[in-house]
Amino acid sequence: MFGFFLRRASLIIPTFIGITLLVFSLIHMIPGDAVEAMSGERGMDAARYARLVHQLGLDRPLYVQYFDYLGHVLQGDLGHSIVTQESVLHEFLALFPATVELSFCAMLIALAIGLPAGILAALKRNTVFDYAVMGVSLTGYSMPIFWWALLLILLFSVTLGWTPVSGRIDILFDLPPVTGFMLIDSLLSGEPGAFRSALSHLILPAIALGTIPLAVVARMTRSAMLEVLREDYVRTARAKGLSRFRVVGIHALRNALIPVVTVIGLQVGTLLAGAILTETIFSWPGIGKWLVEAIHRRDYPVVQGGILLSATIIIVVNLAVDLLYGVINPRIRHSS
Amino acid sequence: MSQAATVAAPAAPPHPLREFWIHFRQNRGAVIGLAAVVVIALLALCANLIAPHSPIAQFRDATLVPPAWQAGGSARFLLGTDPVGRDMLSRLIHGTRLSLLIGLVSVSLSLVLGVTLGLIAGYFRGVTEIAIMRLMDVMLALPSLLLAVAIVAVLGPGLVNAMYAIAVVMLPHYARQTRAAVIAEMAKDYVNASRIAGAGTLRIMFDCVLPNCTAPLIVQATLGFSSAILDAAALGFLGLGAQPPTPEWGSMLASALEFIQSAWWVVTFPGLAILLSVLAFNLTGDGLRDALDPKLKR
Repeated sequence: MFGFFLRRASLIIPTFIGITLLVFSLIHMIPGDAVEAMSGERGMDAARYARLVHQLGLDRPLYVQYFDYLGHVLQGDLGHSIVTQESVLHEFLALFPATVELSFCAMLIALAIGLPAGILAALKRNTVFDYAVMGVSLTGYSMPIFWWALLLILLFSVTLGWTPVSGRIDILFDLPPVTGFMLIDSLLSGEPGAFRSALSHLILPAIALGTIPLAVVARMTRSAMLEVLREDYVRTARAKGLSRFRVVGIHALRNALIPVVTVIGLQVGTLLAGAILTETIFSWPGIGKWLVEAIHRRDYPVVQGGILLSATIIIVVNLAVDLLYGVINPRIRHSS
Repeated sequence: MSQAATVAAPAAPPHPLREFWIHFRQNRGAVIGLAAVVVIALLALCANLIAPHSPIAQFRDATLVPPAWQAGGSARFLLGTDPVGRDMLSRLIHGTRLSLLIGLVSVSLSLVLGVTLGLIAGYFRGVTEIAIMRLMDVMLALPSLLLAVAIVAVLGPGLVNAMYAIAVVMLPHYARQTRAAVIAEMAKDYVNASRIAGAGTLRIMFDCVLPNCTAPLIVQATLGFSSAILDAAALGFLGLGAQPPTPEWGSMLASALEFIQSAWWVVTFPGLAILLSVLAFNLTGDGLRDALDPKLKR
């Protein structure tokens, strides 16, 4: 098991180095001047320019600059934002819980609806229910989520007035950040109505963000389940006279979940990409909105750092899923 | 003699295209999707003839006119007008042109580059393969929209740069698929046979192996159309893709955001156009996969 762990873990090192190279070269590919881009200053005099070139280390050979950059990154120094002068890592860590909270709830919605829908569709194959689930999930999969988010706002916030349009909690509440997760913080604060307010702010963005993973999970569960239900051991279990619930719930589902777990892991990338759109629409103060704003402000250190950190998180989560896959499925662990 | 004549000659196998159509036709969703794709293509081709108005003409006397069936609507503007008095229907019809163009350009670009890279990796193996596929892995580690946003951040916002960005984002998928197919084909006897017959490297690569790897690529390219349309609209929505007054669906949505409470049609129709065209390509792609994948053929 440990050997399997090491083998898989060592695979992410070249990918990580590749991403640092990509992010490093990003700043050198920007049309125009790297000094102006990195410092955010325009039209400076020659002396100031020369000092900045030296200060930013741009007068050294590229490979020296890269190793210097890599050294800083490995020590957690991702530079400073041009706009706020704050450390990029610091800003990221402050906003990251908001994105995690949103993504986690989105995934929860996706699983809570997607798994049962997929299982039922497989059990009731070729019925109206099956066609409906597949049709809805294909539509969800094709949905431009920024538009879907707007429709949700139009219906639930504007027409029905059930939920607020933007933010994480009502401005009347001033909660001390303990965990960074608003749902938990609002409970800890003990203020009446705070949790309700946080939840009502969260629900629409979570639905919007969870739609594509929901569609993917439902489709994947259905097809995995159909495959497993054809297996001999399912027929054997049925022949033994086990109840339908036991056959489906214990014998079939456990094996059908293996490919579904992989798909769930792959959705982390989808969630982070979707967060860019969802957070922008709902003014959700997470890293997606932060990145888009940084691009519009040409705050390149933030763009660089944000992309590097997001990519690293995705690689690490995919690794974790890979390892988990080995734990649930011994065949994978021993074959590699 | 007479006995031999009574035995009917075995029916010739149907033409591959005909066989494909027989399988494709069984999937009703796929046929509907294909029909929708044809309609979209026709709309794009004949946009100038069909659209009642110019997509950028501003009717200052008719801003935010509701659709024709609603109170206050007029038959002159079937789907209403936007905040500066442009006809929604005409803009949507011209938008199909842009969406198809984005799909066509970015899919062809990444198809050509990705197939070439995959072919090289699968044919030469060794260090070349490792170098190419590791690079593709790095690109796959980033979610498509994030990578596209990063590329647009470097190149600057705009429709053309958005197309490049989307092409780059899709490239690893084609490279991977081609490489896998090429490796499978290279082990077959006909490749050895043509090598012994004296065929050169390029001839084997492009003339012998590549045509046998096209089925999964056709499916991937069709699905690539839908993700290209979706990503371009997302970039347009974020203000990083097509810029106003271009009638691109995503940027149309973005510029109508403030009117979401007063004029539902300026927000609803562009999104519906995106959804329907993406759905059409996804349905067609799924149908193509079922019809072309020999493993699923029954």
